[in-house]
Amino acid sequence: MQPVTTEAHAHTVHESHHEELGFWRKYVFSTDHKVIGIQYGITALCFLLFGFGLMMLMRWQMAYPGRPIPLFGPLLEKVLGAVASGGVMSSDLYNSFGAMHGTIMVFLGIVPLAFAAFGNFVVPLQIGAPDMAFPRINMASYQAYVVGGVIMVVSFFIPGGAAQAGWTSYSPLATIIKTQGQTFWIIGMVFLITSSLLGAVNFIATIIQLRAPGMTWMRLPFFVWAQFVTAFILLLAFPPLEAAAVMQLMDKLAGTSFFLPTGLMVSGQPLPISGGGSPLLWQHLFWFLGHPEVYVLILPAMGIVCEIIANNTPKPIWGYKSLVYSALGIGFLSFIVWAHHMYLTGMGTAISTFFQTTTMMISIPSVIILSALLISLWGGSIRFNTPMLFSLAFLPMFGIGGLTGLPLGFNFTDIHLHDTYYVIAHFHYVVAPGTIFALFAGIYFWYPKVTGRLMNEFWGKVHFWLSLLFMNLIFQPMFAQGMAGMLRRMADGGANYSLAKEPGALGALSDSMIHANTAISHAAWLLGLAQIPFILNFFISLKKGRKVPNDNPWESTTLEWQTPTPPPHGNFAKAPVVCRGPYEYSVPGHATDFTPQNEPVNAR
Amino acid sequence: MEIPYTVHARQDTGLYNAKLGIWLFLASEVMLFGALFSTYILLRVGAAPGTWPHGLLNVPIGTLNTIVLITSSITVVMAWASLKMNQFSRFKLFQAFTIMLAMTFVIIKSFEYHDKFTHYEVILNDGKVVDGHLVEKTQEHVVIHPAAKHGQHAAEVKIETSQIKKMENYGPWHNTYLAIYFTLTALHALHVIGGALVIAYLWGPGSQMWKTDPERFTNRIEVSGLFWHFVDLVWIFLFPVLYLL
Amino acid sequence: MKNDQHSHHEISLVVRRYLFVFGALLVGTIVTVLASFIPFGIVAVNVAVALFIATVKAFLVAGYFMHLISEKKMIYGILVATVFFFAGLMFLTVWAMRPASIVHIKNVP
Repeated sequence: MQPVTTEAHAHTVHESHHEELGFWRKYVFSTDHKVIGIQYGITALCFLLFGFGLMMLMRWQMAYPGRPIPLFGPLLEKVLGAVASGGVMSSDLYNSFGAMHGTIMVFLGIVPLAFAAFGNFVVPLQIGAPDMAFPRINMASYQAYVVGGVIMVVSFFIPGGAAQAGWTSYSPLATIIKTQGQTFWIIGMVFLITSSLLGAVNFIATIIQLRAPGMTWMRLPFFVWAQFVTAFILLLAFPPLEAAAVMQLMDKLAGTSFFLPTGLMVSGQPLPISGGGSPLLWQHLFWFLGHPEVYVLILPAMGIVCEIIANNTPKPIWGYKSLVYSALGIGFLSFIVWAHHMYLTGMGTAISTFFQTTTMMISIPSVIILSALLISLWGGSIRFNTPMLFSLAFLPMFGIGGLTGLPLGFNFTDIHLHDTYYVIAHFHYVVAPGTIFALFAGIYFWYPKVTGRLMNEFWGKVHFWLSLLFMNLIFQPMFAQGMAGMLRRMADGGANYSLAKEPGALGALSDSMIHANTAISHAAWLLGLAQIPFILNFFISLKKGRKVPNDNPWESTTLEWQTPTPPPHGNFAKAPVVCRGPYEYSVPGHATDFTPQNEPVNAR
Repeated sequence: MEIPYTVHARQDTGLYNAKLGIWLFLASEVMLFGALFSTYILLRVGAAPGTWPHGLLNVPIGTLNTIVLITSSITVVMAWASLKMNQFSRFKLFQAFTIMLAMTFVIIKSFEYHDKFTHYEVILNDGKVVDGHLVEKTQEHVVIHPAAKHGQHAAEVKIETSQIKKMENYGPWHNTYLAIYFTLTALHALHVIGGALVIAYLWGPGSQMWKTDPERFTNRIEVSGLFWHFVDLVWIFLFPVLYLL
Repeated sequence: MKNDQHSHHEISLVVRRYLFVFGALLVGTIVTVLASFIPFGIVAVNVAVALFIATVKAFLVAGYFMHLISEKKMIYGILVATVFFFAGLMFLTVWAMRPASIVHIKNVP
């Protein structure tokens, strides 16, 4: 990023050891947190689009099982061969698309975007630091992410295709499938986990050590707190999955039996293994990461929404302290709830009760955060710009997602709902019109700080309303499908269990439940189309967007808006001195509606 | 604006950045090895009674390796203390010992691994089992030297290939105990090698920094030493768990 | 780290402490090995003894070699949280998978 103002330029001359870097060092092998943040952002958005594309293809198979996919069918057949013969998505292909859709969206899309992209660009600026604590490790973590992503994408093209055993990769299925898709998945995950661990160390060290003078813990923007807790979750929850991945790799390549039980039969033949292992062990180690992971997905989003709501009400956030303590509580509790994903594995009643209790407990801080954000709107003079629309929609959407989690958290209701479309609806509500909306909000909000131009408001609103509509049309019916008993991961959309196939069968899926698939699929494709205005807006605004009138177009209080646009290398000429909290909006008697954090206390 | 606290500690935390960074990384490593230790417990507790192997590992050799690592821990901390006392040549000496002890550890470990890979369990067609080290293997026959029982001398056994139903060495595939043993010790050995490489770099080309920025260099030695101590710590638990219990 | 230990005398005291810890670690190792040969009858006792000695050795390495004993709260906090979560992983997983090994229940499958 070129320094724009003369003040910044003077400073680069001042620091004589900052020579002009060549193209490769400046844009590709950069150690500047802002460049790395943008790199993460662009890469993650590409992966999100790719993962979304996988799902759009799957939805054809669900709506019209056995029919050739228009446009893409012949292409798939050409590239992937027998699994897409005749342009029809086979069950194997459906399974691998399903497994990779989940993997890519979570690990290659949302986490890198929410945590690494937004975190890298914004956090050092918001705390008044010149960069992250370990810039070279920052670069290494992005590179590890790219390597992991490449391995995941390449796995589609190897014989046998990509991993097929769900993003959860349960053993023994994941191990006994003869092809190497799972092997690639495991190795890819090792790189991605390494990337996350390095990033987590960096974020925590940066936030603890590099806060500017006067930036006390309780003056941090909530976004920084959210990223701090997220980093801790990643740091401590990922390693057990890494251990499990290594063990699963050994099961596959070295013939060990970590997760393979004694007497395991495949296709009627006993496997020549030592046995003695346990499939449940994989599940425990996976979900030990898997559950904290969902808080990794939601916390940065809550942070973004908080910043935007404060800015557009414009009022101080209600209950800042409760937000902070709730985030800390979520971080802590998230480590001891994981077996609520495993209620149906035959756990004893005592341990099951323990996990139900902790699961209920963790809903409390989540509700506190949502309530604080909602109450913050009261009495505000709300500015309905695009970031604010997405942030406002986040609240009820996350509310639906969270509340629908409650029946899943109790084991007796989970018996009916586990592994059905109800679960899919629940978590997609939280992640799609939840987190992704917050991420859209963040993109529209911080775009002017990164580029110096504003994205187009009209098309932003079109993007918003269409996305909101179609996301609800996709996921709302799934609650009903799930309660009717439609299971997850069925390549034929449930046709095998339908009344049409077995008239009069008890518990079979009704016509309306099956036909809902078609409506949902259409909504999914329309949602895909609705992203086109966003993609075009994103790129066209780079050149044609309205230029920002000043460095702080949204009139925000936080420190990232007190820098030049875009911020130069080193961010601040010298460390800002923070004198006040993060949300001093509409302070009575103040000349403007916002008071930046580094504005001295006496000057009015 | 330069990144602060790269060399000197921040007042309220008492830490410089790299020290906090390495402790955070070590916390994640505790979880990594912790998951493997938990796996060990679950596999052992879940094994049918009487099936969990004992005595597969050589205790004196394991004890020796433990002493090697503990000694390397003291040499690594003495290396740092030498720098604090401005004695660069003593730092070089102590750190050289650390590297040599690390190599010793890995070499001893590789002998242990080799021993396992040459130890075979041969199941014959008639159901008999011959268990011992491989002396010779040709197309027609194998020769096994069975483990000597207490006080007795065991003669070599020659087995025709046509008599063999299944022949498997004591690799990680042989049983879950060996699976977790190899996984734990191999991961630990990778950490030993990695740590030794970093220490070797800082001993060799990296030590140039002593002339230009001695405080920062001393910090690097402290940080690499902390990692090294962690590697020692893991072994302190690995040794009794795998070798003695 | 601040150069807060300048004088040779202070350093030699610290070095003496290191050597003492080294000796304790060696003794601990020998004791662990010897203790493993003592037939207590119940496996759990052997396990407890071995792990206890290992924990003591760990505290010595962490406290003195890794200077944890003179470190400020920040690091302690991180480590306490880590140990808590590790204990949770270990204990809860064992409880979920093999409740009989923790709770004495008859006829558990």
